[in-house]
Amino acid sequence: MPETVLEVKNLHTYYKILRGLVKAVDGVSFRVEKGKALGLAGESGCGKTTVALSILKILPPGGQIVKGRILFDGLDITRMEEAEIREKVRWKGISIVFQGAMNALNPVYRIGDQIAEAIITHEPDISKTDAIERAKKLLELVGVEPSRASNFPHEFSGGMKQRAMIAMALACNPKLLIADEPGTALDVIVQAQVLKLMKELKDRLNLSMIMISHDLSIISEVCDDIAIMYGGKIVEYGDIYSVYKEPLHPYAKGLLESFPSITGPRKRMTSIPGSPPDLLNPPRGCRFHPRCFYAMEICKKVEPAFHPVKTAHFVACHLYQKA
Amino acid sequence: MEETLIRVVDLKKYFPISLGFFSSLITRKPPVVKAVDGISFDVKKGEIFGLAGESGSGKTTTGRLILRLLEPTSGKIYFHEKEITSIPERNFKEFRRKMQIIFQDPYESLNPKMIIKDIIAEPLRVQGIKNEDEVMKRVVQTLEDVELTPPEEFLYRFPHELSGGQRQRVACARALVVQPEFIVADEPVSMLDVSIRAEILNLMVDLVEKYHVSFLYITHDLALARHLCNRLAIMYLGKIMEKGFVEDVISNPLHPYTRALLNAVPIPDPTSRRVKVVIKGEIPSPINPPSGCRFHTRCPNIKGDICRREEPKLIDLGNDHYVACHLYS
Repeated sequence: MPETVLEVKNLHTYYKILRGLVKAVDGVSFRVEKGKALGLAGESGCGKTTVALSILKILPPGGQIVKGRILFDGLDITRMEEAEIREKVRWKGISIVFQGAMNALNPVYRIGDQIAEAIITHEPDISKTDAIERAKKLLELVGVEPSRASNFPHEFSGGMKQRAMIAMALACNPKLLIADEPGTALDVIVQAQVLKLMKELKDRLNLSMIMISHDLSIISEVCDDIAIMYGGKIVEYGDIYSVYKEPLHPYAKGLLESFPSITGPRKRMTSIPGSPPDLLNPPRGCRFHPRCFYAMEICKKVEPAFHPVKTAHFVACHLYQKA
Repeated sequence: MEETLIRVVDLKKYFPISLGFFSSLITRKPPVVKAVDGISFDVKKGEIFGLAGESGSGKTTTGRLILRLLEPTSGKIYFHEKEITSIPERNFKEFRRKMQIIFQDPYESLNPKMIIKDIIAEPLRVQGIKNEDEVMKRVVQTLEDVELTPPEEFLYRFPHELSGGQRQRVACARALVVQPEFIVADEPVSMLDVSIRAEILNLMVDLVEKYHVSFLYITHDLALARHLCNRLAIMYLGKIMEKGFVEDVISNPLHPYTRALLNAVPIPDPTSRRVKVVIKGEIPSPINPPSGCRFHTRCPNIKGDICRREEPKLIDLGNDHYVACHLYS
């Protein structure tokens, strides 16, 4: 039995706004095992970033975990005090690389100092020189010349900034790294370099990862499992080979088909018509039914349950419900 | 053979870098960014011509130069065989009607204070069409062309009420309403979700078929370019490295840079995960581009000293497949 690092059970995260409750995450469950990477995919607004923010409990004002459990190392993060989370979970247990990370560096501090700051905050006993030394080692680990630690962010290229952010996330030896859209805003070649780095880090450090992306091709390069989200729910979940070879949910099929291929035959591209649901008033029944080609009467009324189709491949769709 | 609509000959654009007061006293020749450095290509009628490359390769500058949103440093641009770089600005309005642009980011390119009807009608008013019935008729017709139907539902809405895909359709409509012959589409889908990209791109294909417009499609996504374009040019640091029919360039890439770009494209299939040869480093600064072949600093197939010394010429290897690389000379 592989060791489970993180288990999310029936997570509900809502945002309170003037017009009501936005059900950004509405009953999401998944597991991340040691040394494995889970891809969290879906269109913008499907709740994938909210899942990440919930795990670290860094939701913006108005956001609240209303139900569910997040088990990390046997501890339930949803019930922990703020101080305890800061001490035990963030950076040391779970760290995150945000979307557009290159803009997250402070322009007036040297790169090495910024990484050292994270180390010192979480390990107050360490001396400044040791922290800087470790920052240099971390930069080396992500493929940046250690001497560049004394550079300022503007002296780094986009790809190097992304690498520095990954180095910073690894500063306190976390067990789980969350990467939110690590490839977007980078050029193809630099993106390929960063993905290659993440794969190497995962193998070398036996790191667990959650990779959030709307781009299924990026997830396919790195991850072992995938969860496809739609309208705050996971619609398909399973082993990456199984899901990509035989996507079951009509939404998953649509997403995979909307990718232009660089190898296969040239053809007219397909898309999923319509737009994602309004999470203030999500459609009744299956949330995908207004955009689904296969929608049946039952889809408009009853929400499909999540059930296994084969080992390690789950889908929430009435088409696969046993009659 | 289709007739040539746009012909670009040895186009250059150097941006001067402003120096501080003291540095400007001691520097004789102010440094320049060579954003576009001598490129030539043509776009045929009813064709989608792709211009691909990393950021900083000069592809957006090229698009803007053709529309004369920027003035070229040197070189010529022909529209229907008429040279347009020397036409004075005040006489240029009639060409502006025939050449339009769709910008990258539909969240930034639409005025948030204007309703959709006024956004689309503005180019008509600029072109001097004052008759309100005529304006309204054409706005409605264009909304139908971009499949924002029924048009009445969209006419009086503001951009913030629309999704990203719908906004980009409005941007398309604004370009189309004056019935242009040529449209520059500058990464029109890079800000959109993957699932709706195809809608916008298929719309472009339909417009080509229906109105025979030509597109210059600027992109960094070779997989999309492959499905959309007829011909493709690969740019690197202001130069064209390779150009030809899209099938030739993608299935038989000649330039090491084209190969590197193709190799870096992620594939949505975990079984084809390969040990990738990813080239190192990032695009160098266009202020001091490398000597000789600009790609030599990152090239995995460097031939020898010649690559550092001499700039390769763009040569034809048959079937209009051009490459600028010493490996083929």
